[in-house]
Amino acid sequence: MPNPTNHIELVTRDFSFYYGDFRALTSISMDVERNRVTAFIGPSGCGKSTFLRSLNRMNDIIPGTRVEGKVLLGGVDIYGKDVDVVDLRRKVGMVFQKSNPFPKSIFDNVAYGLRIHGERNPSAVAQRVEESLRAAALWNEVKDRLDKSALDLSGGQQQRLCIARALAVKPEIVLMDEPASALDPLATQKIEELIFELKKEYTIIIVTHNMQQAARVSDATAFFYLGELVEFDETKKIFTNPKEKKTEDYITGRFG
Amino acid sequence: MEGVNVDNPQSAGIGRVRAWRRFREKAIETFFLANGLFAVLVLLAIFSMLFTEGWPALKRVPFGEWVMSTEWDPTSPVRESYGILALIVSTLMVSIGALILAVPLGIACAAYIADVAPARVREIVKPVIEILAGIPSVVVGFFGLVVLGPLLAKAFHAGNGLNGVNGSILLAVMALPTIMSVSEDAIVSVPQELKNASLALGATRWQTLMRVTLPAALSGIVASVMLGMGRAIGETMTVLMACGNAPAMPHSFLDPVRTMTATIAIELGETVQGSTHFHSLFVIAFFLFLMTFAVNLVSDIILQRVRKRMGGA
Repeated sequence: MPNPTNHIELVTRDFSFYYGDFRALTSISMDVERNRVTAFIGPSGCGKSTFLRSLNRMNDIIPGTRVEGKVLLGGVDIYGKDVDVVDLRRKVGMVFQKSNPFPKSIFDNVAYGLRIHGERNPSAVAQRVEESLRAAALWNEVKDRLDKSALDLSGGQQQRLCIARALAVKPEIVLMDEPASALDPLATQKIEELIFELKKEYTIIIVTHNMQQAARVSDATAFFYLGELVEFDETKKIFTNPKEKKTEDYITGRFG
Repeated sequence: MEGVNVDNPQSAGIGRVRAWRRFREKAIETFFLANGLFAVLVLLAIFSMLFTEGWPALKRVPFGEWVMSTEWDPTSPVRESYGILALIVSTLMVSIGALILAVPLGIACAAYIADVAPARVREIVKPVIEILAGIPSVVVGFFGLVVLGPLLAKAFHAGNGLNGVNGSILLAVMALPTIMSVSEDAIVSVPQELKNASLALGATRWQTLMRVTLPAALSGIVASVMLGMGRAIGETMTVLMACGNAPAMPHSFLDPVRTMTATIAIELGETVQGSTHFHSLFVIAFFLFLMTFAVNLVSDIILQRVRKRMGGA
């Protein structure tokens, strides 16, 4: 297991996931450490996105799905009977592959999460919106047009807005599902720099198709194949000296 | 571009094809333009027909009397009166009453079917409600006359139960399928990504529905309400049968009322062609036209504002 001096944020034990009869994930056990970036890599259909979406129970929306095993956040099984999914998703934020700002103003997009969680004080909302936009490295670009529609922003700006929106509710973990796959190289670079900054305060888990990206931004990397966790270790080790043959084949481009 | 010879004699042929295509594009464009213009032309023709047919009566009776007086008695042997205010108020009252019932119900129903109900329920409920739209208005009116009327009479001690609220309920039933069906389409077409974004922030399904899904579907919902309103204002047979037809100023929903459409339908067959009474019915139609026009205009303006606020797209 990677660097034992860090605290463990999230633990999964023998976690399996089913779409109907199809088992998409088989017995995943993993410890995700606090204030680090953990990358999930693997070929399409390997289950990495499904696993990511299991960590804030976004898969609950899909009918006919079922889980086995445990996902422990702060020692509590998030699939336990009396767990409040709403509260879980506040603690475990998510940024999607395709940027999805609401058709509202920039300000209202970031304020949305605060308002649904009952923050009524306008100055507190405004302050948190600014903090979040600064944290997402977007404040300087939008501070003069907060009341303009979020849909007028460029693709990269929209994605950083979605990150700001996720940060506004002060999550502990931010899940990112290929956050830069639809962006140009410059916008991608900005997102990557942002991820590097964000890990000081948040625990980041990122799914990526781009192995260079995983190598650049992450501290630990997990390689998934056919619904199984093949190897999970320090990113440096995965990319220079993987234990498993399959991992080596994948990162050297022999399949995938 | 390897393999392409610039001096190829065929390049002249390519030029000809493009000219033909340009002509075809132009022809199609003109065809669509002509269709659009035709619709506008029909509208203008109806508008001018109503105005010219109504003009003799408008000229004869002072304008103030039309819109200020509540007395409608064009066949009085003593003094003919042409006040249509009571008819306008009755029409608005019955229509708005219908919308008060149908809009919340229709949107709630749409939201349930689109967002909450399992697919199986949706497949059954939606067609069933849409069948409601196919019931002929005379059948709905008949139902109001023999079922709803007596019920209302018993419940509110309101004469024979043929009154404003009876008409409102029936019109609500008739507007409901339109409002429900069009709203449902709008709600279903809200991208799942938006709902996911909301849910991932820890919003409940209810919060997501109220703050993301419905606002994103608002233009479709407003359109559905306008379609329903149009149906309610223009409906004739149902209100004629169920509203009691007293051409007087209503004081409550339990008073018998006569709408503008019902007045035209009842009286047009009994007037002398060319009489002031005959022409006055066109004046009513003219005002009805202006009302529906105003409703559409206002809703258009509202929609524009909404779209602007939501940004682009």
